Amino acid sequence: MADAALPSTARSTPESRLRHVVRGTLAGWPARISLLILALALACALAPEWIAPRDGYAQDLALRLLPPAWSEKGVAGYWLGTDQLGRDTLSRIVEGTRITLLVSLFAVLVSGLAGVAAGLAAGFYGGKIDAVILRLIDIQLAFPLILLVIAVVAVVGPSLTNLVLVMGLSGWPRFARIVRGSVLTVRHLEFVDAARAIGASRGRVMALHILPNILSAIIVYASFEVARMILLEATLSFLGLGVQPPTPTWGGMISDGRKYLNQSWAVSLSPGIAIALVILAINIFGDALRDALDPQLDERL
Amino acid sequence: MTPALDASVQVRSAPPVLSVRNLHAHLHLGDTVVRAVDGVSFDLPAGATLSIVGESGCGKSMTALAILGLLPQPAGRITEGEVWLDGVGDLARLDQRALRRVRGNAVSMVFQDPMTSLNPVFRVGWQIAEAIRMHETVSREEARRRAIELLELVGIPSPSVRCDAFPHQLSGGMRQRVMIAIALARRPKVMLADEPTTALDVTIQAQVLRLMKRLQQDSGAALLLITHDLGVVAQMAQRVCVMYAGVIVEESAVGDLFADPLHPYTRGLLASMPKPRHGAARQALISIPGTVPPLSRLPAGCRFAGRCAHVFSKCREAEPPLVPVAGDLGPGARKVRCWLHVGSEAA
Repeated sequence: MADAALPSTARSTPESRLRHVVRGTLAGWPARISLLILALALACALAPEWIAPRDGYAQDLALRLLPPAWSEKGVAGYWLGTDQLGRDTLSRIVEGTRITLLVSLFAVLVSGLAGVAAGLAAGFYGGKIDAVILRLIDIQLAFPLILLVIAVVAVVGPSLTNLVLVMGLSGWPRFARIVRGSVLTVRHLEFVDAARAIGASRGRVMALHILPNILSAIIVYASFEVARMILLEATLSFLGLGVQPPTPTWGGMISDGRKYLNQSWAVSLSPGIAIALVILAINIFGDALRDALDPQLDERL
Repeated sequence: MTPALDASVQVRSAPPVLSVRNLHAHLHLGDTVVRAVDGVSFDLPAGATLSIVGESGCGKSMTALAILGLLPQPAGRITEGEVWLDGVGDLARLDQRALRRVRGNAVSMVFQDPMTSLNPVFRVGWQIAEAIRMHETVSREEARRRAIELLELVGIPSPSVRCDAFPHQLSGGMRQRVMIAIALARRPKVMLADEPTTALDVTIQAQVLRLMKRLQQDSGAALLLITHDLGVVAQMAQRVCVMYAGVIVEESAVGDLFADPLHPYTRGLLASMPKPRHGAARQALISIPGTVPPLSRLPAGCRFAGRCAHVFSKCREAEPPLVPVAGDLGPGARKVRCWLHVGSEAA
């Protein structure tokens, strides 16, 4: 690093930095395929009626439990077969994307907000506040998650909002731990003291000076957390605690199809594969995103 | 320590801009109490440079942080003493809200490591502007214009371009210049500089010191320069306090200190500096034997007794007071904390 850095290197705008990260993320083909899958999932969530080949709610009892179209007894047009009420499985998977993604994204948002706030406070203030928050995290993590959600849903009822809140609250301790750890590494750097020395309040230092410095860690963790929440939603729907029928969700479809596994494996397996694909895509994408954000950290040293 | 004696030399014609009186700053770590600053008093006259010199862990940095009320939380606390800032009052008694109005405004600070003292995610111009906007309501454009002016003032070439640079695009020397620009943004009365050149290359050190000296003279700010480098002291300061294990052991004008160090510790420090050979045989570097006593378990008596070559029985019994050297009670009074010199004062 020469003392007289060329003026041209000083011309790094946020836009070019963003482009740098995007290019870094999409450098490998696994990340590109992941992005494609995620884009498809997003399209399904936003406009299922354009993508679904049929109406996912329409029943046809004459065509119950059809196998996929490519098998011997398959019927053309029902690509992944039908369920026990003769509804098209593919269309229901497409329809179910919306609720599944909506619930998991909002759950991550809720747990992210709560976890980041708690983690920031714990890491920054330390002392008693840190001790109290750490104990709360330990208590929450020691409690079996599914049991907790079952208890809460049993009390407040299985509505969409409740589901999001409960799932969100189940995720905050992990967020808080990640954020606390990151804050601890940043907090002792001199720019935090320097910000205080120009008269910034603690709240301002936390929000404006510490948070942006740990944002990449939070973004990457959030991407993994979305995958976890999809799985959790599927688990809860499978247990009948999630979104209530006839609204299709992936977990709910697996649960419904379980009873008819010996007649048609496709009913349960297809939404399962959809879950696996989306989670795999999110994880690969999150990995690539972390790799792309990391060199930037090195650059600062 | 010796409030009566300290008070006797406090009467001065020009009131100091910053006056620290018997400051105690302790760190409470579980059951142990680290007495990082243990009764420090000094006056910083307007426009002057006072240097605090001492080895690592002697409480120099903690003194600066205590002045600004920025001791590490929740462990650090000012347990006793006063920090009088001209026109503001006792900083040790101000609440956080009032202290925030002082920080970066009447008193600003330059930190040791320019590699970490700027926030890596913001442009340097924004960070200078933040220091301005924290204390006055100005438009973004106005703040930016003044940030560019400040960058020019601290000698950064093409300031309007560098204003948009991120810290990692600048070298260490440049970054320290930016930190100085931030410290000067509100034309403070007092600048605290905590080892401002320690992390820089030797060639850049000289540049930055010259810059600080020039800017200090132009702006009329008083400078409290904390360093372990006696060369920096000689170049920059008029007065110097030598700190050891949380207390000042010697205070004097810079010339006197180098010409005739009184405290055995000061003598040791000066002797430890490498000297040019003058054709003589190469000599091994001299060092002070032993280590600083842990600040959580200080010995009774003189804190330097364990390492002192002139130690005698009284040193282990009672801590010597910081007293003026014989007959000298003026503003330039020379003070030393050593039993060797208390006798001469009594005589």
